[in-house]
Amino acid sequence: MIPELGHFALILALLVALAQGTLPLIGAAVGTPRLMAIARPAARAQALLVAFAFGCLAWSFISNDFSVQNVAANSNSELPLQYRVAATWGSHEGSLLLWTLMLGGWSFAVTLFSRNLPQQMVARVLSVMGLISVGFLLFLLLTSNPFDRLMPPAAEGRDLNPLLQDPGMVFHPPLLYMGYVGFSVAFSFALAALLGGRLDATWARWSRPWTTIAWSFLTIGIALGSGWAYYTLGWGGWWFWDPVENASFMPWLVGTALIHSLAVTEKRGAFKSWTVLLAIVAFSLSLLGTFLVRSGVLTSVHAFATDPARGVFILVFLAIVVGGSLALFAWRASSVGLGGAFGVVSRESMLLANNILLIVAMASVLLGTLYPLFLDALNLGKISVGPPYFDAVFFPLMAPAAFLMGVGPVARWNQAPLPEIWTRLRWALGVAAVTALILPFVLGRWSPLIAFGLFLALWIFTSTAAGLRARLINSRRGNLFAALGANSPSYYGMLLAHIGVGVFVVGVTLVKGYEVERDVRLDVGGSAAVGDYEFKFLGVKPGPGPNYRALTGTVEVRKDGQLVQTLQPEKRIYNASGQAMTIAAIDTRVHGDIYVSLGEPVAAGEDVTGPWSVRIYLKPFIDWIWMGAFLMALGGFIAVSDRRYRLAVTRKATVPAGGAGMPAGAD
Amino acid sequence: MKSARWSIPLAIFVVLMAFLYIGLYRDPREVPSPLIDKPAPAFALSQLHDPERKLTNADLKGKVWLLNVWASWCASCRDEHPLLMQLAAANAVPIYGLDYKDKPDAGRAWLAQNGNPYTASAVDLDGRVGIDYGVYGVPETFVIDKQGIVRYKQIGPLTLDSLQRKIMPLIKDLQK
Amino acid sequence: MSRLLGRAFGLLFALAFAANATKMDAPAEGNALELRMKKLETELRCLVCQNQTLADSNAELASDLRREVRSLAEAGKSDDEIKEYLVARYGDFVLYNPPVKATTLLLWAGPFVLLGGGAVLWWMILRRRGRASSGPVPATDPDVELRARALLERAEPPPAG
Repeated sequence: MIPELGHFALILALLVALAQGTLPLIGAAVGTPRLMAIARPAARAQALLVAFAFGCLAWSFISNDFSVQNVAANSNSELPLQYRVAATWGSHEGSLLLWTLMLGGWSFAVTLFSRNLPQQMVARVLSVMGLISVGFLLFLLLTSNPFDRLMPPAAEGRDLNPLLQDPGMVFHPPLLYMGYVGFSVAFSFALAALLGGRLDATWARWSRPWTTIAWSFLTIGIALGSGWAYYTLGWGGWWFWDPVENASFMPWLVGTALIHSLAVTEKRGAFKSWTVLLAIVAFSLSLLGTFLVRSGVLTSVHAFATDPARGVFILVFLAIVVGGSLALFAWRASSVGLGGAFGVVSRESMLLANNILLIVAMASVLLGTLYPLFLDALNLGKISVGPPYFDAVFFPLMAPAAFLMGVGPVARWNQAPLPEIWTRLRWALGVAAVTALILPFVLGRWSPLIAFGLFLALWIFTSTAAGLRARLINSRRGNLFAALGANSPSYYGMLLAHIGVGVFVVGVTLVKGYEVERDVRLDVGGSAAVGDYEFKFLGVKPGPGPNYRALTGTVEVRKDGQLVQTLQPEKRIYNASGQAMTIAAIDTRVHGDIYVSLGEPVAAGEDVTGPWSVRIYLKPFIDWIWMGAFLMALGGFIAVSDRRYRLAVTRKATVPAGGAGMPAGAD
Repeated sequence: MKSARWSIPLAIFVVLMAFLYIGLYRDPREVPSPLIDKPAPAFALSQLHDPERKLTNADLKGKVWLLNVWASWCASCRDEHPLLMQLAAANAVPIYGLDYKDKPDAGRAWLAQNGNPYTASAVDLDGRVGIDYGVYGVPETFVIDKQGIVRYKQIGPLTLDSLQRKIMPLIKDLQK
Repeated sequence: MSRLLGRAFGLLFALAFAANATKMDAPAEGNALELRMKKLETELRCLVCQNQTLADSNAELASDLRREVRSLAEAGKSDDEIKEYLVARYGDFVLYNPPVKATTLLLWAGPFVLLGGGAVLWWMILRRRGRASSGPVPATDPDVELRARALLERAEPPPAG
């Protein structure tokens, strides 16, 4: 019964979405308030219907209803409750429903926080989101129905893939999708601006918080995915440039460019058509990512079970949404108008450089990801493009961007005198350079790459501090706290996010520079010395788990004879599927991880109590990678809390300003 | 004022879509063989049913032949086996087997149970010959001509379609 | 003066922090062959578990190939020769680091061409915008500006829509 209700809710949602997607658009074009007024209630109704459908599917999983095909294929009655819930989005159909739920959620949020927007704009934004919902709902109902029944019902489910039975599965997809789908709001704002033929600073101010929140969620989602892969896959890696990872990273790169570009459009009225294009491209990349994962076009660990019919559907959907919006852009962007003037050395020019670097980086990642496909399609052979390529190409592109991160915030708008920048930053530059040159010696080994990486990170820290200091001094407030309070959350958000990047760079540099990996054969009671530590293997014992059999190893870690930690890596064999998984044991500290995972028993066969091959890693400062990402996201959230986004700006908001009506006050 | 540059993103997108569409009908997992039109790697392995004798590719020069990589532990081999039996019965082309990473006893038992289409089978215990031939999955089938040049590789089980459209015409052509 | 202090402090801080950190040795432990194998194997693709490197894959073919690579290395072959050996059997697919050849020219040159193009674009935009440095705000539509001023003065609620 409940699955059928869910299915029915989806059908209703489709009908409402159709109304939501068409009527307000017509109303906005023709000027009929009654049609435009349909947007809000329709969006809310559609969101609630999808939420209900999602609830039905989740309920089917929680209650172990194996008469539902999706539940039988992805769940099991022994599966712990939180993973039964997570299994709701563990399949292609379920994750699509999650996508659609998120879309409904963001639409709902737009209906709530758009009081100050002109009705015409709200109508257009919600309509565009409605049309996207139509696409996803059609996709669900026509090719990927999560509510298909299985008759006769299975006695037991096939279990969720053991790799997914992890807290990571509970958080990573929802947060990631919040990001992906959140860019649809910026996208809709962009299309609304193109349709209306008018784009100004107030448009930028409205779009900005939505984009920043989506970007922050995407940052967290990607970081979670990376951290999850690190501790779950057993070989200590945290980024593989896998096609699906790239599919999430490309929207992130464009999203980063977009939030910077929006800042310029909001404050200076410049980069207008460029910002609109970025908003379109960011969401297009989200959709492209959806296509790549589900069409079978690329191999990936993440790929869902594929079906050419589904691939064709998404491709057609992509063609309509992205092709349509780019066509609209081609037609209307020129009417949006060029922005203001600015000098060669100015904050605008640096932000432009930042944008160009990020877009070139995104294009390079796209090139590398799709190149094997290009060659194969042209019958020019089959190649692989992996980490060696991406590492070689990506880091040189990002280094100048990291450098600019220190200079940009200190540069003035419009015209930034170089001597002024030099005065403000020369000490920051000096400290960073000298420290970066010396530090690797202290840490154990000097190499130019490590020194350079450290320089970039330290530069970000010192220049940010110098910028803040200059600002506090210039604020002419009496005491420190007053001066600090004079700055907006938007400013502090930026500082924090930039510091987050610096922290991230520290992590990457030190891990890549100093990590140690050893595969050792250890007898029971045997030891190995790796780095400063001694690892003593105390054997492996079998034992039971909630839905698996575990082989638990014990390894004692000592430094200078003192016991530092006892680690218990595991190998699990899941009851339902018979699949094996390696669970690493990780000792996490601020200055690095000690990571131990079990290889294979040396004696092939059933005897697990003898010697084993064990993998030992020392990963210095690796957690700084994810700490940095979280700081970036936190910075984004803080920036959004700025009052000016929430202020009920009454008169000014409703003036259809042709230019930046706001004086350049706070940054 | 409409200048062409606003259409550049759209143009790039259209090209991208064309490639993605073609990509839908390709298999990204398939690894094409670099051995096509190159000499078949040499091997000298003991025979499955006559361990004293060796099977070498030098023996097979002068005729067109198939090398079929199989194993008793391979599930998909069962799928193609009836076709191989038919092919053997029709005497169109000699089929030689490469028993890949298999226990010879298990291999012999499997053939006894399912039928033996092979003129002879070579035993590749450690998979070294398989590596030389670029084998990465089982079953795979190679078409080798009279000069000992590899002409075609079938990845995965033989299908009626692939036999009729590609392999048999090629064999007939090579046998002229 | 405060600058010097700041500089010294920064240096001190970094050193103090690093001193507490794990001393990181050069990865010259473990013998040279192992390290070379590891490095090589992370650049090779497993053909069965195609999303893993040869180093990480548990597939049987992967361990067979690792064995081959090792015996070739022990026989004195260089990294390039080992890669050639594998490419002769499996094609370029097995290399995660795509070789530079005619068909991959666009791949390797692409990012740098794009970067160059981006730099040119940047310069051209700056040249075009590098006009007046006066006034922080671009001109508004005069008719709209009038209306805005009127509204501000009258302090009236705006018309609906």
